[in-house]
Amino acid sequence: MKLHEYQAKTLFKEYGIPVPDGDVAKTPEEAREVAKKLMGDKFVVKAQVQAGGRGKAGGVRVVSTAEEVFLAAQKILGMRLVSKQTGPEGRLVKKILVERGLEIKSEMYCAFLIDRSKERVSLIFSTAGGMDIEEVAEQHPDKIRKIAIDPVNGLQPYIVRDLVFYFGINPNLSSSLYNLLSNMYKMFIEKDLSLIEINPLVITDRDELMAIDAKVNVEDNALFRQKALAEMRDPDEEDQRERIAHQYNLNYISLSGNIGCLVNGAGLAMATMDIIKYFGGEPANFLDIGGGANKQSITEGFKLILSDPKVRGILVNIFGGIVKCDLVAQSVIEAVKEMGISVPLVVRLEGTNAEQAREIIRSSGIKLYYAQGMSEAAEMIVKLVT
Amino acid sequence: MAILVNKNTKVIVQGITGENGKFHTSQMLAYGTKIVGGVTPGKGGQSVEGVPVFNTVSEAVRKTDANASIIFVPARFAPDAILEAADAGIRLIVVITEGIVPSDMLKIKYSLRGTGVRIIGPNCPGIITADECKVGIMPGYIHKRGKVGVISRSGTLTYEAVYQLTKLGIGETTCVGIGGDPIVGTTFLDLLELFSKDDETECVVMIGEIGGSAEEEAADYIAKYFKKPVVSFIAGATAPPEKRMGHAGAIISGKRSTAQSKMEYLKSKGIKVVENPSQIGDTVWEILKKK
Repeated sequence: MKLHEYQAKTLFKEYGIPVPDGDVAKTPEEAREVAKKLMGDKFVVKAQVQAGGRGKAGGVRVVSTAEEVFLAAQKILGMRLVSKQTGPEGRLVKKILVERGLEIKSEMYCAFLIDRSKERVSLIFSTAGGMDIEEVAEQHPDKIRKIAIDPVNGLQPYIVRDLVFYFGINPNLSSSLYNLLSNMYKMFIEKDLSLIEINPLVITDRDELMAIDAKVNVEDNALFRQKALAEMRDPDEEDQRERIAHQYNLNYISLSGNIGCLVNGAGLAMATMDIIKYFGGEPANFLDIGGGANKQSITEGFKLILSDPKVRGILVNIFGGIVKCDLVAQSVIEAVKEMGISVPLVVRLEGTNAEQAREIIRSSGIKLYYAQGMSEAAEMIVKLVT
Repeated sequence: MAILVNKNTKVIVQGITGENGKFHTSQMLAYGTKIVGGVTPGKGGQSVEGVPVFNTVSEAVRKTDANASIIFVPARFAPDAILEAADAGIRLIVVITEGIVPSDMLKIKYSLRGTGVRIIGPNCPGIITADECKVGIMPGYIHKRGKVGVISRSGTLTYEAVYQLTKLGIGETTCVGIGGDPIVGTTFLDLLELFSKDDETECVVMIGEIGGSAEEEAADYIAKYFKKPVVSFIAGATAPPEKRMGHAGAIISGKRSTAQSKMEYLKSKGIKVVENPSQIGDTVWEILKKK
């Protein structure tokens, strides 16, 4: 689960990680009030959506007076921010963050994440701040350091000393950098995060460290013990179908194609999408009904696909193990009877109770195409929609 | 010979009185697995499917000599259950549970370094040595003893591949679902080491997916040390970036964790990569025919 920048920065303050003075606003009037309280002659107004590339998309403005903050807020609030991370539909901006503008001497990058390969929490640090860190890693591997943290001893001072001398950072900043990174690490562990990233982390003209941006992802599996964080979830940031799916313990992800898929198991669901593409089609969604699927959840899953206007055909691909094919058949029939179906439906059922399932469908009188095996099923649905 | 489990493996079921624990205990028994006991705290003295239930793993081990465990307990109690099994002397722990916090898993692995404890999973279908022993939730009847070792991050996609092998009469030795989480107890690489020493296994099917770099690490090992042919499929070529595709570990973050880059890497290391998942069996057949 992603947090908004303003939410992340509230947590940063709790953990003693320095952030610019500022506050969140929902209206241009509120934004002006925030600026008046801050005083000064440089303000930054930032759209609060959970996507990168906000600056390029016109979601960040630097202005000089409270009145200009008001005008900038008017422009940003209510806009649909479209960046390469939002997709073409963009995200509606409902909140902005108004902060004091700073004079910046240099920009750095730092993050902690779960390093799957090393099986540790790793610190990633770079003096090429404000840039796409992947590009830095590719083009200037010497400008980026990745350090695995020992889970028992945590972040040790020598690691920070090493960074300071390696990158030639002002040694006077050594202890404040150590404090900042230890606080980030502490927050990462205590809040069960999967990512904490500051890009850029800046050195101001007063030689202070400051987190200009804040990206925090909370580990979904840990939300049961991070109740306060779970409450920060912003439903507006989620796809509506994905949100409904979540309620029924379905794994659903919207895609841009026109072939709806209903599959059991995440790997098979991905493979089903892949094989549709292999035969020249485009999947409209990923849907894994999961091992704990019941009649209601499968019916709801099928309805989700039916409710997607992009869908020109549906492929049901089930390899029954724990999930029994007859249960899937009954659920699909129920959904079709309730919603009606005007697009071709191809069904491939294999595994537990497949024969009973075919009989159930046959006797229901619903029109559909049977396929033997995944290849045939995919080829069939692709032909039917084109 | 096969690997990890055989007809002599003595298994206990942690969480045996729960719905899943109960159902799969009966399925494993039906397959011929030696389920010697179950554990549910506070329900010691009861029995499930004729299997005695104990309060603690250490009691179960003392009384049954169990050497393997399969865990069905809910995610929030699972780390405790894994550590309890390890502490009681169990050396093979199969964790079916989905939803364990990766940082907890990371700590567990760290603590168990050098102890000889092997964890399979979490978030996996388990292990099966065909026609001998099933410590997992996969449908038993699709498996048939044969020549191919299967390692996979997925459940149902593995069944798909296994069924293809069985229908072609090739059959399997041991199939291991390593789990769909970012941090798993046993990796592709660990199992390739075991399969390389198993004379019965003539070929390995490796089913990977987007996210992480476990497939690439396995490919490096295969190129250097692994003498048997490997056929691989990588799921998720059509997955969008930054989205968890059902499995907690199936997420593209960065250019390297995509299916395309994994497939290219595997090919560059001489591994046969299948792009149509329904041709895994046929591809293995072609390779074994040439041998």
